[in-house]
Amino acid sequence: MHEWALAEAILATATQIAEKEQLKEVSEVTVRIGELQQVEREILRFAIKELKNDCFKHAKFRFLNAKTTLKCRVCGTSWQFKKNTLDEATVEAIHFVPEVAHTYIKCPKCGSPDFEITSGRGVWLDNIKGVK
Amino acid sequence: MVDPRTTVINRRLSKVKRIVAVSSGKGGVGKSLVATTLALTLARKGCRVGLFDLDFTSPSTHIILNAEKIVPQEEKGIVPPIVHGIKYMSLIYYSGDKPAPLRGEDVSNALIELLAVTQWGSLDFLVIDMPPGIGDVILDLLRLINRVEFLVVTTSSLLAFETVKKQVSLLIELKAPVLGVVENMKRTKNATIKAQTEKLGLRYLAEIDFDDAVEDSIGDEVKLLNSSIGRAIGQVVERNILKDDGCGKS
Repeated sequence: MHEWALAEAILATATQIAEKEQLKEVSEVTVRIGELQQVEREILRFAIKELKNDCFKHAKFRFLNAKTTLKCRVCGTSWQFKKNTLDEATVEAIHFVPEVAHTYIKCPKCGSPDFEITSGRGVWLDNIKGVK
Repeated sequence: MVDPRTTVINRRLSKVKRIVAVSSGKGGVGKSLVATTLALTLARKGCRVGLFDLDFTSPSTHIILNAEKIVPQEEKGIVPPIVHGIKYMSLIYYSGDKPAPLRGEDVSNALIELLAVTQWGSLDFLVIDMPPGIGDVILDLLRLINRVEFLVVTTSSLLAFETVKKQVSLLIELKAPVLGVVENMKRTKNATIKAQTEKLGLRYLAEIDFDDAVEDSIGDEVKLLNSSIGRAIGQVVERNILKDDGCGKS
């Protein structure tokens, strides 16, 4: 996902949660970022800074890394996603739509594209803290 | 943990007046040709149009449009390139000409990703080329975007229409608007599909004669708009979609 679109989505979702929990001000937002999507954190941090409203004025944004594990549905092999085994164009395609990993990545043991992304696929809002 | 993507989907579509999904219970009935022709026809009428190919595992609208060497721009998301006057989006920008073997959950994730990231801007119509059946894409569209209108395509075959009945039944049950049914590749004067469509309480929008010339029109939008599909969809647009109100109004 594009970092600016992602920043907007994170802030919109965090705002919804803050409103639901009646937070006057958000102090901390924790975002879990799956390795597969290769989000550029500095761009994301900059985009959040540019897009955020007053509710997030003093909020700290914490980014947690989630390793990407893939598991073959055919032979059961599990393996870690490694960006450096792919060319630049493939890395970029997966950055925008992680599911195209099924187009470019195969099971290292049996060669099947039928694998499950068991962890580290996308981006998740992990936690929000604030003042009521 | 919360997935932030779904929150922005309706914001991305907030300047899109109408969303028309071209669907069917069966594959091979001509959905992609009808969807592409519909988008081209609306664009020729002066409407601002987007075309979104959601048939991720078997995309074909890029071939119909001869849009194989274009790429989207990045601007706070993905901006679809304009092809023959249409803003065009497809997974092929990322999967290329290689297969994308996706299971249901992957299809759902790819759909949410593209809906969350695509900057359509202001459109009168977003036309969606749907995959066949009543699987993840149709369920996700109904869940995530509450205002999709469906244009259903069948052939004269009762086998195709049987699956259409199931899809329409689901849409009616879920209170999704159905514009009507198009009967494609018609070879006889048999009126069974028309009668059955009306029995379901739906509008029979058009019958499209089987046209050998359609195959030659693939990749050539002028030929396509002059084919039997082009003429029939032109009438549907005038009569049933735009009516007298012009672009973006029902």
